[in-house]
Amino acid sequence: MVMRSLRPAGPSRLTARERARRAARGGASRSVPAPLLVPALIAILFLLLPLAGLLIRAPWGRLGAALSGTDATQALTLSLWTATVSTAISLVIGVPLAWVLARSSFPGQRLLRALVTLPLVLPPVVGGVALLLAFSRTGIVGRYLDSWFGLTIPFTPLAVVMAETFVAMPFLIITVEGAFRSADQGFEEAAATLGAKRLTVFRRITLPMVAPSLGAGAVLCWARALGEFGATITFAGSFPGQTETMPIAVYYALENDPDAAIALSLVLLVVSVAVLVSLRDQWLRGSPA
Amino acid sequence: MTHGGSGGLVVDAEVRRGSFTLEVSLAAAPGQVLGLLGPNGAGKSTLLSAVAGLTPVSAGRITLASTVFDDAEQGTFVEASGRPIGFVFQNYRLFPHMSVAENVAFSPRARGQGKQAARSAASYWVDRLRLTDLADRKPGQLSGGQAQRVALARALAGQPSLLLLDEPLSALDAGTRLDVQAELKRHLSDFAGPCLLVTHDPLEALVLADQMVVLEGGRIVQEGTPALIARQPGTDYVAKLVGLNLYAGRADDDTVALAEGGTFVIPDHGQHGDVFVAVRPSAIVVSTQPPLPSSARNTWQAKISGLTLLADRVRLDLDGQPPALVDVTPAAVAELSLDPGSQVWLTVKATDLEVYPHNGAQAS
Repeated sequence: MVMRSLRPAGPSRLTARERARRAARGGASRSVPAPLLVPALIAILFLLLPLAGLLIRAPWGRLGAALSGTDATQALTLSLWTATVSTAISLVIGVPLAWVLARSSFPGQRLLRALVTLPLVLPPVVGGVALLLAFSRTGIVGRYLDSWFGLTIPFTPLAVVMAETFVAMPFLIITVEGAFRSADQGFEEAAATLGAKRLTVFRRITLPMVAPSLGAGAVLCWARALGEFGATITFAGSFPGQTETMPIAVYYALENDPDAAIALSLVLLVVSVAVLVSLRDQWLRGSPA
Repeated sequence: MTHGGSGGLVVDAEVRRGSFTLEVSLAAAPGQVLGLLGPNGAGKSTLLSAVAGLTPVSAGRITLASTVFDDAEQGTFVEASGRPIGFVFQNYRLFPHMSVAENVAFSPRARGQGKQAARSAASYWVDRLRLTDLADRKPGQLSGGQAQRVALARALAGQPSLLLLDEPLSALDAGTRLDVQAELKRHLSDFAGPCLLVTHDPLEALVLADQMVVLEGGRIVQEGTPALIARQPGTDYVAKLVGLNLYAGRADDDTVALAEGGTFVIPDHGQHGDVFVAVRPSAIVVSTQPPLPSSARNTWQAKISGLTLLADRVRLDLDGQPPALVDVTPAAVAELSLDPGSQVWLTVKATDLEVYPHNGAQAS
């Protein structure tokens, strides 16, 4: 075997600008090795090209006309209010559940946490099927709602809200549960020594202290509800004005009127960007508050 | 053991926390400030936590006046929120999302007063602790001394019958500490109920406490007035804190045979049995030659093992029988060329030795 002599790499060029950068900030070379750079560039292209395509293909001149040819306003209104109601419901019942999961202990708690967050990973269409089995006119709960109260849920706006809540609430729960878990309980002890009972402590100390996470969780929940498609179309169908939300409208418009689909997609893109901007402090800087 | 009068706090309990067990029996009378002194891990905070209701006792009971807070045998337990206490935490734990005024109004509000009544109760305490100009600030915008006053105001605003202070001055820098200490002293003397004060600063205890309990390893090792404990420490920990040399030994009329080796001649008060001997580091004389005969009765040889510069003097650490800490002037160090390793002779007058009986406490 021939031993190759080991020699350090020879000199390379260092531009004046790079010299200045290294002198100012310290640190060694910042150049990215090719085996990392190429896949990274491919990933960037893959993520951004479709969005660029959407912007390039958009019928900018006739945007208004393209939108007015559809039930866009109706769909957008439905989407906005159902997503908002879903978020409100999630706050009212999801935050207490997050607190229970974070702060109390009972047998089966870990299993419950796993089950509650299952909708995060469950294909939404499966959620829709499950909702249908539970709440349809012949479902295990739905049959009583129907026979006792004459209440039929599937294929109504209520079904849209339920489908969206089912899919989106776990996002709120895990965000807020983490915040409850990591909140400094010293403040709660202090509140107790000052005479505050458990509920007062929750309302006046714990909740205000997790407010940033609560906001982030609510926005995330709302965005997820707004984009919900699979569970909604399965459980609520797609009646224009009744249960046809924006994502569903986009899907159907694509078949007959691609321009309208693009215009509707642009509207959702704008809403998403707005959500991202509102979340930037919470999420884009790494760890949430 | 001690017994509290009517209206006082009586703790006669055992508290288990993991592998640590605290076993104490103490009482604090109304208007009395009982200082709890001890090293980290001695159980001082655990004791406060048990009195506050944040940790239940595993045996025994805690009572305030005729109210049973906690009784392990009976199963009685009053939740923290139901105990009439004011707790000033070590790092204050001011609610960061509330203003000073809201922090102070928290307890009256939580204890059932209306919004308006709570606000006026708060403003009384805010004024009383000279926080009027800071009432709208958030805790994050306060200095250490200001935060301490807010914490005290918040605790007092709930009209507690018992005050618990966990190292209330430890988070302050040395400059503000004396001012805050003087003010705290005033407010404590105005407080009618018993007060437990955790500290590891003997000076703070001397100024603030009426009675002291020294805790070590979850047990009470010494009780008494702060002055007595500072003059006649019962453990090495306290002796170090107050800067005394402490020796355990057996007295026999005018001599004490020391446990660490060596013998002291003491004034003969007819003492026999286990005693402590406390010596001030400045009472010991250092010579580089064997000293000539004098009236000083105790002379022994020692080797310098370390020198530490204190504010205005040098503290010598000496190995010998017995070992000792001795304070000398920097000039003496220079003129006698005292270096680590130097052999010297130590001399102390018998009348400079504080000899007192053991009392069952141990110097560990």
